[in-house]
Amino acid sequence: MNNQTITRADLSQAVYEQVGLSRNESADLVETVLAEICKALQKGEMVKISSFGTFQVRSKRQRIGRNPKTGEEVPILPRRVLTFRASNVLKERINNEKHAED
Amino acid sequence: MTKSELILRLAELNPHLYQSHSEQIVDTIFEEITKALAAGQRVELRGFGAFSVKQRKARTGRNPRTGETVHVDDKRVPFFKIGKKMHERLNGIESTDDED
Repeated sequence: MNNQTITRADLSQAVYEQVGLSRNESADLVETVLAEICKALQKGEMVKISSFGTFQVRSKRQRIGRNPKTGEEVPILPRRVLTFRASNVLKERINNEKHAED
Repeated sequence: MTKSELILRLAELNPHLYQSHSEQIVDTIFEEITKALAAGQRVELRGFGAFSVKQRKARTGRNPRTGETVHVDDKRVPFFKIGKKMHERLNGIESTDDED
C-alpha cells in the first residue's frame, strides 16, 4: 500500500465522495483545476496554494553544457523551468506522519 | 494566482456549482495529494507533474551566522518533477494568444 501511486482517478474519486457530484463531473472538475494552474503558469504567473506550496516559473539563460560521455560542448538553450516550494504545513505533515508510523 | 483565486475561477467556469462546492473541490484535491505524500506515496498527474517524497539523512549542519555545528535529524522532503507536456507548454510556442 505504501508504494502505490496516486493518480487523477484517485483525486476524482475523492472529489466524488466528498463533494457529492457525479463521477463524470468530479473528473472534469479535477481536470479544470489542473488546467487552470497550467494556464496561470504558462502566463508566467506564480501559483500560491496556501498550506500546500508555491509553483513558480523561472527563465533560465543559455549556457554552455557538456556531454558527460563525449566531453563535447553543447549549448543549453534558454528555457523556462517550473519550481515547486512546499509550504511548512506540507513539510510538517510529511514528517509527522512518519513519526506516527514508527 | 492564489488558492482563493483558483476557487473563484473554478466557480466562474461552472456557474451551476455552489461557491462552497468549488472550495471543497480545490481543498479536496490538495488534501488528497498531501495525505498521499504523508503516507509515503507518489502522486502522478500526467501532463502536469509528479509529487514524491525524498528521504534526507541526518547530518551535521552549521549555523552560517555563528559557525556553530548543529545536528540535523533525518527527514522527508516533498519533491515535484514537472511533466513532459507541461514542460513543452512552458517552452513551446509561447505566443499563442490564448488569453484567460
